[in-house]
Amino acid sequence: MKYPYFPGCTLYTKAKSFDEAGKAVALKLGFELEELEDWTCCGASFPLAEDYDIALSSPTRALVNGAKVGDKLVTLCAICHNVLKRTNNVMKTNPERREKVTGFIEEEYDGSLDVVHYLEILRDEVGFEALGEKVEKPLAGLKVGAYYGCLLLRPADEMQMDDPDQPSIMEELLVALGAEPVDYPMKSECCGAFQVVHSDATATRCSREIIDSAQSRGAELLITACPLCQFNLEDRQNEMKEEDTGMKTLPVLYFTELLGLALGLGEAMLDTEKHFTDPKPILASHGLVAADAEG
Amino acid sequence: MRKKICAENIGNETQEKIKELSMQNVYACYQCGKCSAACPATEEMDMLPNQVIRYLQLGMDEKVMEANTPWICASCLQCMSVCPKGVDLARIMEAIRMIQLRSGKNEISIREFDDEYRKRAPQIALISGYRKFLSLS
Ligand code: SF4
Ligand code: SF4
Repeated sequence: MKYPYFPGCTLYTKAKSFDEAGKAVALKLGFELEELEDWTCCGASFPLAEDYDIALSSPTRALVNGAKVGDKLVTLCAICHNVLKRTNNVMKTNPERREKVTGFIEEEYDGSLDVVHYLEILRDEVGFEALGEKVEKPLAGLKVGAYYGCLLLRPADEMQMDDPDQPSIMEELLVALGAEPVDYPMKSECCGAFQVVHSDATATRCSREIIDSAQSRGAELLITACPLCQFNLEDRQNEMKEEDTGMKTLPVLYFTELLGLALGLGEAMLDTEKHFTDPKPILASHGLVAADAEG
Repeated sequence: MRKKICAENIGNETQEKIKELSMQNVYACYQCGKCSAACPATEEMDMLPNQVIRYLQLGMDEKVMEANTPWICASCLQCMSVCPKGVDLARIMEAIRMIQLRSGKNEISIREFDDEYRKRAPQIALISGYRKFLSLS
């Protein structure tokens, strides 16, 4: 099975391992992500002002291109997913705006494409049970906190993936991989998002609260589907440690990296260079990667 | 400083613009405060999210335009998720930002980011930040 796929800008560079592991895992599980031939940045935020039609043009073009090659468009990045899915909803439900935007980009589109997140493909097409059978390196004993953040789940009536207050899709995935999901109260709270370029104090504080919450319940590692959350949660730890030298760091992986490891695709799935907080020691302590020679 | 509430101010041009951009009716809000309780960013805000709505209800948009609150808002949608009255406060925050950005305000300066930061930060942080804080967005 081949699915049209929208990677988005960050998965081409800073979050390469998110993309590469996602594609490798797909092949292992019997489906293929086929990147759209032509796509541009989705805008990285869904325009919340009702008259801002121009900001819908680039995500709409991606939807149009997706609809030309399939009936589903798969995403990995939580923000791209939110922007594309919400834009699609405008196309479906608001004829006036649809006409303006499609007229502007000179395309026809009616919102018929289904924007689906990779996690939904795992749950609804592959099935977590079938996925569990393919696990070669069970993550036994590894305590993982699933961090959802905001945009994968909210607004709930449009995203329709999971319950925004009690999400479970990533916990179900973790169970299938043999890991121990850690339940903690802050899993769908905000990391501070784009405030990191404006009020970085907000991003540092919000991220710290999430990390503390997960660690207090025993998490050794977090997984996420958002490159902005990943950046904030990891990069802010440098600031946190300046304030609080005794702080225990917490690695934050993309869920596809951990998935690739469990499916036996090896350490190549982890881009340790790009992680500010090295996940290797904790993974090595569970025998999931080789311990570093010098460590 | 004392502020006078005047009936004539209610529904002025700015408030109409906020309504038009956000598609939200501020009078639907009954000031339960759930949005402010749920908001993750109140610590850095100088006006609570429910107070933003209260000032708009009273026709005091200038107070809201001076507040840092819309600029601290992270569009996380917690407020709209918990609002029992279906008010999408994140859209009201966006409208308040948009009105100012469209009149030329720049809330951040790209020049202030050093090269190292620009290299380190992912596109997604820079682009979404530019969209929220720069006048060209
Ligand atoms: S939660 Fe809704 S009704 Fe309650 S104060 Fe906030 S906006 Fe008003
Ligand atoms: S969208 Fe803005 S105002 Fe609403 S809860 Fe999030 S940060 Fe607070």
